[in-house]
Amino acid sequence: MTLVTDRQQLAYVAAQAADARVNIELETEGMTLNIGPQHPATHGTLRIITRLDGEQVVWADPVPGYMHRGYEKLVEVRSYPQVTTLVNRIDWLGSFANEVPFILAAEQLMGIEAPPRAQWIRTILFELARIANVSLFLGDMGVQLGALTPVFYAFRDREFVLNQIESATGGRFHPNYDRIGGLKEDLPKGWIDETRAVMGKMRGFCDEMEELLLGNEIFEARTRGIGVIPADVALSYGLSGANLRASGVDWDLRRDQQLPMAWSQVDWKVWTHPDGDSFARYWVRLQETREATLIVEQLLDGLPAGSIMAKVPRIIKVPAGEAWVSTENPLGEMGYYIVSKGDTGPFRVKIRSASFNNISIVPWLLQGVYVPDVITILASLYFILGDIDR
Amino acid sequence: MTFAVELAYWQQSILRVVGVLVAVLLPAGTFVYVFLFKMMSFMQSRLGPMEAGPYGSMQLLAEVGKFLQKEDLAPERADRRLFVMAPFVVVVSAFLVYVAVPFGPDAFFADLSVGVFFVLAVSSVSVIGILMAGWASANKYSLMGGLRAAGQLIAYELPMVLAVVGVIIQAGTLNMQQIVIAQNEGEIFGFGLLGNPYVLTQFVGFGIFLIATQAELTQTPFDMPVAESELVAGYMTEYSGFRFLLFFIGEFATAGAFAAIAATLFLGGWGIPFLDMDANYMNVVGPFVLFGKIMLVAFLIFWFRFTYPRFREDQLQRFAWKVLIPVALVNILVTGLLKVAF
Amino acid sequence: MSLLSSTPDSETGPVADDRRVGLLAEITAGLGDAVAATHLIPGKDLWVRVNTADWLTAGRFARDALGCAYFCFLSAIDWLPSPFGKGEDDPTEPPPERSTAIEQGFTGGATRFQLIARTVSLQRHVGITWKVDVPDDLVEVESWVKVYAGADWHERECWEMFGISFAGHPGLRKLYLPGGFEGHPMRKDFPLLARLVKPWPGIVDVEPLPVGADDGGEAE
Repeated sequence: MTLVTDRQQLAYVAAQAADARVNIELETEGMTLNIGPQHPATHGTLRIITRLDGEQVVWADPVPGYMHRGYEKLVEVRSYPQVTTLVNRIDWLGSFANEVPFILAAEQLMGIEAPPRAQWIRTILFELARIANVSLFLGDMGVQLGALTPVFYAFRDREFVLNQIESATGGRFHPNYDRIGGLKEDLPKGWIDETRAVMGKMRGFCDEMEELLLGNEIFEARTRGIGVIPADVALSYGLSGANLRASGVDWDLRRDQQLPMAWSQVDWKVWTHPDGDSFARYWVRLQETREATLIVEQLLDGLPAGSIMAKVPRIIKVPAGEAWVSTENPLGEMGYYIVSKGDTGPFRVKIRSASFNNISIVPWLLQGVYVPDVITILASLYFILGDIDR
Repeated sequence: MTFAVELAYWQQSILRVVGVLVAVLLPAGTFVYVFLFKMMSFMQSRLGPMEAGPYGSMQLLAEVGKFLQKEDLAPERADRRLFVMAPFVVVVSAFLVYVAVPFGPDAFFADLSVGVFFVLAVSSVSVIGILMAGWASANKYSLMGGLRAAGQLIAYELPMVLAVVGVIIQAGTLNMQQIVIAQNEGEIFGFGLLGNPYVLTQFVGFGIFLIATQAELTQTPFDMPVAESELVAGYMTEYSGFRFLLFFIGEFATAGAFAAIAATLFLGGWGIPFLDMDANYMNVVGPFVLFGKIMLVAFLIFWFRFTYPRFREDQLQRFAWKVLIPVALVNILVTGLLKVAF
Repeated sequence: MSLLSSTPDSETGPVADDRRVGLLAEITAGLGDAVAATHLIPGKDLWVRVNTADWLTAGRFARDALGCAYFCFLSAIDWLPSPFGKGEDDPTEPPPERSTAIEQGFTGGATRFQLIARTVSLQRHVGITWKVDVPDDLVEVESWVKVYAGADWHERECWEMFGISFAGHPGLRKLYLPGGFEGHPMRKDFPLLARLVKPWPGIVDVEPLPVGADDGGEAE
């Protein structure tokens, strides 16, 4: 009899303890919620530890590094041509755009410049990378908000751009096409006309996205006024790209910096939006995608003839020195600071990736925000994990 | 249920059980295939399942088999009893709704004189099931999904009920069978060919009812409880295998149930206006007519689901309390006035 | 649209040159003794190295006096040549002799570690690369967090990768690496483990040459 009573008592105490554990975990004052690293909304393995009060975020701390591959260490043992392969994979949606600043910095140290045809083709592929990257964002933001359909259109129409990149470079996602002094090989026959047709299709896609999402009242209700970033805060955190322009800052490296690329040879417009909220970021990226198609068409029209490779020695040794080149990548400002000691490979490369700065604002930005709005804000900031973690 | 042939009670019971299973599972299965697998895929510019059976028609069967052979998992700290009961509660409420829906002049499970009241009351039993699932899963995401669901489902019960009141005023009865008959034998200013489906006069009520149904089913744009990109699967996250299948079937069966209510109250139920309402063949034709109308209503529900992004919880609540309920109240007022006037 | 051609000319693009020359004059006038060395490549960039004690002052000066509101990045350079070379050493042979001389790059310096930071003025369309020596005995510099909020993460990364502390940083903790990681990976004396675990495939000739071919040639 006593045995049964003891066992009953023990069971009762155990049940109380289990309840207490659950209660402590679920106490409404400051529930700690882990968003990620496995989560549909974080594009990749980003972990954000949030402390919630009900549905409001009281404190947020992103923990990156689940995809840290140590690029800056890896490039120290490689030669310059080998680094392009590596560097493709930082921002894997717009890969060609990652190669360009590195190659330009190496060329700056060597004191050479790619011939005009190579510069123009580089610019065309750069803008194609931008279209491929940002068109995914246009659909993906819909998915984060619950509209399941636009992302399929985005993937479908993006295939046309990827086809063009593949037919020119051999790789849909990782072209590895840029070389110090020029390009790997020239464009295939018929590429120019095909690309022109594809640009028309992408403009149709942008119009479709504008109708489906920008004009939707629910989308507006979910994004207007959410995650407002004032311009001075954006600048002090080093936000770049569409995030900066959506806060009203008129700064675009393609226009405001002199680089041996072809942007200064064509007519195009920089889009800004004064609001600085999630809607503004989406709107700016949509306009930029459309603008990119116009840039590509103008570049295709004026493509100069000539060689695509300058005279460079077979074994490339870059003279000693330091150089910094940054470009307006699809995600923002991406730059490489190369320190060279006259060797076949770099001594130190600092990779300045856009998403690193874009996400560093998250602790400041997420204070007092509702959980669904957290998803909206993260989606609108648009980061790629490879870009944050390198 | 009355029969031309006299059947023993136990035979009648078996027939009833089989009948209700068919009535619940057939629309659910059809919705899953036609809307979820095919219509959603076509809208998203893809084909959907094509391998299992001709044009993927056996896919649902394959999915059922897959779910049945899965391991029975439950999280370690889950409240075992609640965890197990929750899916059954949700499914049961769908079954209960069909009890009062008429399928033909003599084909119904129970002819309740307070049919509409019963149906609306019983359809909210699923709220309890969702709350149980969210709490018992011992998972913070599930809990958040469950709490969101509780607020949302209770908030949208009111517009649904108020929208239906207009129909009740017009029909003058709570009996579902009588409402069907009233619609099909009614006349619009003397023109009797189309009957008097209440969707024409109660279009406001129909609209509110559809929106409230969308919210009751936690379909986008009201799917905060199951916000796929935030909470993965909300209150259903920890469920797998047969239990998840029950939730899945429950979701579509409930869709069918609400579509049946909408079809009965607004579209004229099982009847076709120019056909004889008492004829015996209507017992066979009626279910098919009702099924067709259910498909129409469900088409609208799922079309919205695949198009719109989702509301945030507070926007959802604001919409229910500040927009839908006042509009429904005005609708009742106007209906009452017009009913007295004409 | 600028009419500036993009050719790197020894006769400099005049606008960029004037801008940077003027900027350099402002910096030397405003910071005075704090500036240890400068380097200007016309048309390309401007490097300024400041004394360690004046790092925070330089940051404030950049933001307030020069109008550099945009914080680009902050990182470090370890000037020690890597004792492992390029990781191509043959594991069966003793490691070759390597120079251990620390040679800094532009603007010189006296320490093994140097910080680099870049700030940009959007109005003037020009950026400055700031450098500072990190003392070898106490590997610490002042933090720029109060000046540029974005420096927070950059300094955390510097700390975990190079081991450089930042005085005044709200909370230096690991950014990328897991909690129990020991060591500072970006330091040159921290080896690239991938090359240690498995020797670099390019140093050994895996396939023997066909019989009858003349002398090996490729033997290591």
